Amino acid sequence: MTAPARHLLSVSDLGREGIGEIMALADSFKEVSGRTIPKVPALRGKTVATLFFEASTRTRLSFEAAARRLSADVMSFAPSASSLEKGESLRDTVETIDAMGVDAMVVRHRSSGVPQRVTAWTSASVVNAGDGQHEHPTQALLDCYTIREALCDRHGGDPPSDFAGLRIGIVGDVAHSRVARSGVLAFSALGAEVVLVAPRTLLPPSLDSWPVKATADFDSVLPALDVVYLLRIQAERAGRVLLPGLDEYHARFGLTAERARHLQREALVMHPGPMIRGVEIAPEVADLPSSLVTRQVRNGVFVRSAVLFHLLGSGLGTERIRDGGGDA
Amino acid sequence: MAERERKLARPQGRVFAPRAQVMDADGVSRALRRIAHEVIERNHGLDQVVVVGLQTGGVPLATRLVRVLGEIEGTTVPLGTLDVAFYRDDIGLRPVLPEEVTDIPVDLTGATVVLVDDVVFTGRTVRAALDALADHGRARAIQLAVMVDRGHRELPIRPDYVGKNLPTRRDELVDVTLDGVTIGELVDERAAR
Repeated sequence: MTAPARHLLSVSDLGREGIGEIMALADSFKEVSGRTIPKVPALRGKTVATLFFEASTRTRLSFEAAARRLSADVMSFAPSASSLEKGESLRDTVETIDAMGVDAMVVRHRSSGVPQRVTAWTSASVVNAGDGQHEHPTQALLDCYTIREALCDRHGGDPPSDFAGLRIGIVGDVAHSRVARSGVLAFSALGAEVVLVAPRTLLPPSLDSWPVKATADFDSVLPALDVVYLLRIQAERAGRVLLPGLDEYHARFGLTAERARHLQREALVMHPGPMIRGVEIAPEVADLPSSLVTRQVRNGVFVRSAVLFHLLGSGLGTERIRDGGGDA
Repeated sequence: MAERERKLARPQGRVFAPRAQVMDADGVSRALRRIAHEVIERNHGLDQVVVVGLQTGGVPLATRLVRVLGEIEGTTVPLGTLDVAFYRDDIGLRPVLPEEVTDIPVDLTGATVVLVDDVVFTGRTVRAALDALADHGRARAIQLAVMVDRGHRELPIRPDYVGKNLPTRRDELVDVTLDGVTIGELVDERAAR
């Protein structure tokens, strides 16, 4: 049995149809979260290991909550408490955890491509939870889900199947951002128009292969945006050399109270967190009703449950059978 | 009808070929009316009764049952829907995806739930449904109503209300709609043409 979608390393593993399936599954897990007992036995007996070689409490907790909602067992690997400090190689660590019997490994690493390498060392499904400056697919999926939910709340009826006609501005340190890379892939796969807003120093050297436009003039595109997606300024990655200063950044690329007044009335404001008030966003803007930041966090659990179930439980890629009444 | 045939269709080009109609629309309607009276009799009225239809085949029947119960007793019984995909015991053995929404509008603690499905066969769907219902609260009782009991049970599960007992072969299929009950089998798409 070879299922095509055994791993989730990049948004491009899913494509438009796969993103749609994750969105529909996430709807089911959102409904589960409202129950008296917000948990289903779908992955009982499966083990999900989180391997976070780079610290990230919120993403790890989100994945672990998502796995527990499915009744999976969770193993958590943190390098500070491990043999990496004693000099064990990445490969040995992965093979050791694999030998304990796990069905999925959720991997975060500061180097791009590590999750891809891990697939060669384990029979488990591998989920990329952020690798270097490459991708962070579950973040992009939860962002798509959050936008879809907000559009659905606004217009009523069934959720939209794509983002055709939607203009999404991704603002900030695009060059170093795996969130931006996965976001561009996911938003454009769903038909949205993506504009990158950043100083030249924080854009990738070439945008030729990206289906996007780019500008350094936030104010010129602001009134036309349906979604303003603010990236975190990653001092640890961008360093000091690429930016003249955080105050100047805030003045030119931050979502200030003044800029918020020029937003469309129904524009959505998003941020992957952790949000640094006073740099990417003015404190008072972060608390506006148009800000979806807490919804993004909540939806992260539903979407990660959907991803784990998609990989471990739904049997996609084996023959596709749905229950007809007759054989129930 | 076309919609249901699509859902019953197997991916390897196998389709549902109806052989004989064993109940017509009037038959289904009369059976539901009788079941409604039995529900009222068994529960001494409709106090605390909640009707839950199993996705997808049980939902139209549950909707109709609620209407008939209302006509007889003059009250509106809460109606819920349940998709049991996440509770199935064959997850990972074959593709299982939720088809439709679960929507239980009330806390089931203390309620008498009448679970409605079109066909009871192996009993595994009902087993999954019992687990799913437990996560919505501790019901006082759960009763099972089906339009067709076709036998071949693999679990100790027995319906409380049955529209029709229909002996079948294992490889046959039973299709239930408000328009009637049809028995048939899966055939190659080419043979069906």
